[in-house]
Amino acid sequence: MTDITASQAAAMPPSTSSLLAPDARVRRRNAAEARFRSYGLAAIVLALMALVWLLFSIFGAGLPAFRQTVIQFPVTLEAGKLDKDGGRDPAALAKVTTVTYAKVLSASLKAAIADKGIQAEGLTDKQITGMFSQEAPAMLRRAVLADPGLIGQTITFDAYAAGRIDGYYKGRVTLESASRDSNVTPEQLHLADALKEAGMLSTPFNPGFLAMPDASDKRPEAAGLGIAVLGSAYMMVVVLVLSLPIGVAASIYLEEFAPKNRLTDLIEVNIANLAAVPSIVYGILGLAIFINMAGLPQSAPIVGGLVLTLMTLPRIIIPTRAALKAVPPSIRDAALGVGASKMQSVLHHVLPLAAPGILTGMIIGLAQALGETAPLLLIGMVAFVRDFPAAPPAGLFDPASALPVQIYNWTQRGDPGFVERASGAIIVLLAFLLVMNAVAIILRRRFERRW
Amino acid sequence: MKFTTLTASALAIAAATAADARDQIQIAGSSTVLPYATIVAEAFGENTEFATPVVEGGGSGAGRKKLCEGVDENTIDIANSSSRIKQSDIDLCAANGVKEIMEVRIGYDGIVFASDSNGPDFALTPADVYNALAGQVAKDGKLVANPAKQWKDVSDKLAAQDILVFVPGTKHGTREVFDTKVLVKGCEDSGAQALFLAASAGADDEAKKKDAEKSCMALRTDGASVDIDGDYTETLSRIAANKNAVGVFGLSFYENNTDKLKVATMDGIVPSVETISTGEYPVSRPLFFYVKKAHIGVVPGLKEFVQFFVSDEMAGPDGPLADYGLVPDPDLAATQAAVEAEAPMGPLE
Repeated sequence: MTDITASQAAAMPPSTSSLLAPDARVRRRNAAEARFRSYGLAAIVLALMALVWLLFSIFGAGLPAFRQTVIQFPVTLEAGKLDKDGGRDPAALAKVTTVTYAKVLSASLKAAIADKGIQAEGLTDKQITGMFSQEAPAMLRRAVLADPGLIGQTITFDAYAAGRIDGYYKGRVTLESASRDSNVTPEQLHLADALKEAGMLSTPFNPGFLAMPDASDKRPEAAGLGIAVLGSAYMMVVVLVLSLPIGVAASIYLEEFAPKNRLTDLIEVNIANLAAVPSIVYGILGLAIFINMAGLPQSAPIVGGLVLTLMTLPRIIIPTRAALKAVPPSIRDAALGVGASKMQSVLHHVLPLAAPGILTGMIIGLAQALGETAPLLLIGMVAFVRDFPAAPPAGLFDPASALPVQIYNWTQRGDPGFVERASGAIIVLLAFLLVMNAVAIILRRRFERRW
Repeated sequence: MKFTTLTASALAIAAATAADARDQIQIAGSSTVLPYATIVAEAFGENTEFATPVVEGGGSGAGRKKLCEGVDENTIDIANSSSRIKQSDIDLCAANGVKEIMEVRIGYDGIVFASDSNGPDFALTPADVYNALAGQVAKDGKLVANPAKQWKDVSDKLAAQDILVFVPGTKHGTREVFDTKVLVKGCEDSGAQALFLAASAGADDEAKKKDAEKSCMALRTDGASVDIDGDYTETLSRIAANKNAVGVFGLSFYENNTDKLKVATMDGIVPSVETISTGEYPVSRPLFFYVKKAHIGVVPGLKEFVQFFVSDEMAGPDGPLADYGLVPDPDLAATQAAVEAEAPMGPLE
């Protein structure tokens, strides 16, 4: 080293510069370094800006979905309209349709408006009915059918406001846009303001968004995530129950027992490849195998769960094997040295030590499966489902939706109210993913051992 | 092992329950009919003791193909379609044992041109649309590549605004109506069809006519006409981003977004449920659904659902479907009678 520097120094002309005053070359190098750093910084700033913009737009559009405008007014359930025979016979009561209930609600709202002394001239009966959601009569009907004793009484009822009225209090609808809108009139909005003044209209937190089923295009205000959350949960249970034992068994065999030969090499390469296969391919596979060949029903969480299991398996096997590999051989040797069998050494020592890593991999695999949309499109999960699936295991075969496909479904609807619903659903999905990833990080932090 | 027994028992239960009969109606098909079907399904589930039908989209052709997959629990009961069933579908059905299909026409759907609500008014004719969008137009008795840059170049009555139209992609049923009711009509009106006929190298009159029709439907490729393969929501967001554009929508979609969109007149007629039902507004098409007759009596509530769908309370002029933008069928009574009698459709004319 010293020789080389010495000979170079000898070969070079004597330098006039000093170390303290940089010459042109050093300045160029410093400038290049500064540029390089600023590129990296710019990349990070750009990525952060994209993230902030994304979150801002999603939260801006989606947070209103968690609140819902309701109109509270006394409803007189006239026996003459709802139960003409007076026998409270459930079969006769079930014959009374939501159309009648809508009329009852409309008449009661009209009476309540007059009662409060609010001017509502110029509003037709249809416009009064248009103040509340079409879900409201259905809710009232369900309440009456559940408790026929309500007939003849006057109850206080919280009716969902119609989508456009709701939008007015969330900034989506203005008086100016209402004048051009064929679904709402400025007079209706004035009436809504008057109702608010009278304390009948408010916009509280809306648990229905998380609990209620999907609704048709005519009532975006009533659309909820209940079935989607339940369907996703069912699918995750299927994925967990199937992929945890299969994935762990496959990893243990490959890592601890399998002989190293061409066949196991081939399997290893294929697992790595399968993990990179686009997820839509699994959807096509699932359609062909589970629905067309095995005859499982469409839109069912069991099929979704099976498809997602196929997709998740390689993504679980890889981290599981890495976790097993990270357990030092000395542990195995020591176990074998004191006379444990190979199986005992794996089950008693290696597996417990690798468990935190396996769990982390599992949770991250599940989180990926939770957000997966493409394979579900092909097996009929993008459907309008309004009846809740039964409890498992039978419920696994009932039609259901899933969180990501519900988002996809809502973005395609015509009513602008669904934009808000879709963004709200994205927030819910993000929350689930955040929680799962946080659990994975906590598990890793607390239990992972390093050697 | 515990896990294996668990998995095995889960699978055993799974196999046992899978054998149970399906108790809800399954529907798939046209995304245009989808909102109407969901509205009816919702009301049906609410007001009857039957389960709410499960409604899927996927497109008219895909829905009909699924309907024709066979007769059993795992095939759908009803296919929604925004165009009439094709002979190839009927053949496929017959090959798979689906012998009897009921055809139910629920009403009509209008197709409208709409632009940003703050932009200029558009009063279009089919010829204007043709001259704005076609690849080749008639000029001074000759066919020339479309020279129009602005709507003003097409007609003096239109605004001096760049031509940019979002047209539904070729996989949409809407495109078929746009092609036949607007483009081909405009092609005839503008005189381009006569020129295409003269220029055609077809063997006989029939071939020449086909040739000319195909040329009439060829849109310009210089970016003034953009195919949208997504839904109307995509067209709407593109118009929001590009205020100069005109989009092609279904009437019901426009009616739900009248605060953002302004509709164009066609031959001076404003599209609405009324003008379409009288036939004044020219660009409309019938909407159908097809019922697998073999499933009536097997899937609970199927016939009741079909009856409910075409009842006056649903599909009539004052029903929720008309409210959403469906143009009611003036012959609804005949449809109701056919459903009552479970009359299967005859061969296509």
